[in-house]
Amino acid sequence: MNFTLILFLILAIVAILAAIGMLVSRNSVYAALFLVLNFASVAVFYLLLGAPFIALAQVTVYAGAIMVLFLFVIMLLGAEKLPKGTVLPWQRPLAIVLAGVLLAEAGLLLFQRLQLTATLVNPDASVNATEALRTLGLTLFNQYLLPFEVTSILLLVAMVGAIVLTKKEKGENES
Amino acid sequence: MIPLTYYLVVSAILFSLGALGVLIRRNPLIIFMSVELMLNAANLAFVAFARSFGVLTGQIFVFFVMTVAAAEVAVGLALIVIIFRNKHSIDVDLMSSLKG
Repeated sequence: MNFTLILFLILAIVAILAAIGMLVSRNSVYAALFLVLNFASVAVFYLLLGAPFIALAQVTVYAGAIMVLFLFVIMLLGAEKLPKGTVLPWQRPLAIVLAGVLLAEAGLLLFQRLQLTATLVNPDASVNATEALRTLGLTLFNQYLLPFEVTSILLLVAMVGAIVLTKKEKGENES
Repeated sequence: MIPLTYYLVVSAILFSLGALGVLIRRNPLIIFMSVELMLNAANLAFVAFARSFGVLTGQIFVFFVMTVAAAEVAVGLALIVIIFRNKHSIDVDLMSSLKG
């Protein structure tokens, strides 16, 4: 039991409990905040894996931008709590069984097929972090330049799409 | 120090919880959050494999996944807003206009 392993286990428990909390909370705002906690703990996983830039992007993009958008829409619609509708009696047990099957499949794949025994060493402190970041940037802008540009078009299309979708039609009465 | 398998187990559990959320909840906002959770679990597996194989490609792919997630959330939430404007509710059970 070393320090890193204890940290990992605590983080794993926090991440999984936050995910479960998101699933069971009736109030959408609480669910969003649980998801922020989950994203934050995953960001610390990235730090443990020696990917500090990804960790910070996770915090700014996911926990920052995306979750603020979620909270904004929840509060705009006033949809913190939905009225209880008709409940399909078989939906919940069936969903739990199906998710269990998915988890069992993943576990089977992990433990029987992959035979992964690789141990990840801690990020080497002697490696210059700036140098690693430089390599990352060079790879991104040389080898993956085309996907990067396609991504910018994707973001533009998403922005235009969101604006066009929510724009009121001409002649539609204001309500 | 920490075996790669541990990270993959955490990733698999988070992914299954996300899938469970999509199946079990009927608030589309929470369904969206569960989709984000699944994308996040996939990202964790990507970074763990990138670390294990000592390549940066996995980390770069995570960037693209994050961008796609941001675009998806923007369009999806816009759809939810106009559905709310038309039906004055966002329960997924009510979105059955196309049902024969």
